[in-house]
Amino acid sequence: MDYDNLRHFADSWGLVYLLVLFLSVVVFIFRPGAKQQAIDAAQIPLRELDEGTDQE
Amino acid sequence: MGAFVFSGLAVDDAFRIHMGILTFILGLGTIIAIRLPQPVAGADDKSGYMDGPVRVGSILTVFWGIIGFTVGLVAALQLAWPELNFGPWFNFGRIRPLHTSAVIFAFGGTALITTSFYVVQRTTRARLFGGDLAWFVFWGYQLFIAMAATGYLLGITQSREYAEPEWYVDIWLTIVWVAYLVLFMGTLLKRKEPHIYVANWFYLAFIVTVALLHVVNNLAVPVSPFGARSYSLFSGVQDAMTQWWYGHNAVGFFLTAGFLGMMYYYLPKQAGRPVYPYRLSIIHFWALIFLYIWAGPHHLYYTALPDWAQTLGMVFSIMLWMPSWGGMINGLMTLRGAWDKMRTDPIIRMMVLAVAFYGMSTFEGPVMSIKSVNALSHYTDWTIGHVHSGALGWVGMISFGAIYFMVPRLWNRERLYSLRMVNWHFWLATLGIVVYASVMWVSGVMQGLMWREYDSQGFLVYSFAESVAALHPYYVMRAAGGLLYLAGGVVMAVNIGMTIAGRVRTEKPMPAPAQLQPAE
Repeated sequence: MDYDNLRHFADSWGLVYLLVLFLSVVVFIFRPGAKQQAIDAAQIPLRELDEGTDQE
Repeated sequence: MGAFVFSGLAVDDAFRIHMGILTFILGLGTIIAIRLPQPVAGADDKSGYMDGPVRVGSILTVFWGIIGFTVGLVAALQLAWPELNFGPWFNFGRIRPLHTSAVIFAFGGTALITTSFYVVQRTTRARLFGGDLAWFVFWGYQLFIAMAATGYLLGITQSREYAEPEWYVDIWLTIVWVAYLVLFMGTLLKRKEPHIYVANWFYLAFIVTVALLHVVNNLAVPVSPFGARSYSLFSGVQDAMTQWWYGHNAVGFFLTAGFLGMMYYYLPKQAGRPVYPYRLSIIHFWALIFLYIWAGPHHLYYTALPDWAQTLGMVFSIMLWMPSWGGMINGLMTLRGAWDKMRTDPIIRMMVLAVAFYGMSTFEGPVMSIKSVNALSHYTDWTIGHVHSGALGWVGMISFGAIYFMVPRLWNRERLYSLRMVNWHFWLATLGIVVYASVMWVSGVMQGLMWREYDSQGFLVYSFAESVAALHPYYVMRAAGGLLYLAGGVVMAVNIGMTIAGRVRTEKPMPAPAQLQPAE
């Protein structure tokens, strides 16, 4: 595969692949039921029981 | 010991001195390690977090900040008054990479490693993976900084932007970085929290991408195993593109993704509110990852780089505006209903300013990446101003906020030594950035206009030296802005030092939260 083929492959199928991948991520994020999960996940840093450190 | 042998076998002077320095540092480290008290058996509680490296890292972040800002001030003064070049060690040509590496890799890198250790443990509720691996990563990275910095002053450089250290230092950084990746991945794998919090995604993207960038950009053949010099595997325009693919993504993944990880933890913590809307942060993450890596060619407009690559770089740089503002909006919306804290909490104020500067510089960047705008701005001080509004405003302020948040908790102090001093730091730094950025806008645009000014005969109106002479007052003002920023850093160092010492300053409290007034 020479440079020219590679470049045409990259800006056609390569581009489509990345775009589809990105759009599926977006669709996945907005799937039904994801909202509650996101609200839970956002609480992770605030749910720490002890602020604590390793207490030397 | 090995370094000592290498020093003896060195084929050039710089390499000999550099290996001597390495011998000295390693020897000193060994003596200190031997003299450290033995850890008490059983004290190592598996359930607890490992915060030793985070404590040392917080102190060193402040230390490297002061060093980096000071060297920056020296470089600014050298530009205003060239008599201040004390060759060969302290010439501008060596001071400049010392400044960029000190602020990006020493200050920024230490802040990133430190905060990533802190955040990943608290959002996975797991102790750092690999025991003392964390100490290896931490001190290994500090050794890299020491070798890079001393190398610059000795004149050892491979002349690649933000990647000046030579091959042997690069190999060492690769080892440390792979260990860092293993440490971070290992901690994520043993997490007790099922969901991986978004801050960790950003930290992981930063670690993985920097590993990739660093290895490819530094592919080189050393002239001798006992010499400092090496030659890049790439040549010509491919080499230039590799350098800016690295250079731009160093900004994108080192100075942006990593610090966004910081924002997504410390801003919600300090505000006491969850990230809102959380799903925006996920989209922000993926959009940033997909777009950033293509934007590098905008550093090479109007060069031998093929036109399609330049256009590609421009299109992706402009698209990058969207995810960047997604992040800014996410940060600001997290504060909904908590805006009164801006009045009462100078740490929140700092973080909000950081997010605001993130928004501003990620708007300015796409504008400057438009080819016709770049025709004016390229190679001028406008670029310097842009970089500093991002670096001082976004990277600096969010790191300061994180340090102020962590230190009282790490040393179990009731509060910081002084909140008033945080407020002083805030205003000194803000004023410094505003002076710096606006002065660089004026001087950059003036510089660009002077370079392209033609008379009716088609001759250039100004010689290059005339444009340099015209910049003098702006360079003096720029140094003043830098001095203000450094002064803010010194105030922080005193405040952090006093907090660690356990002192609490008696002072008038910050204004109390405003009483809610009933609606008319």
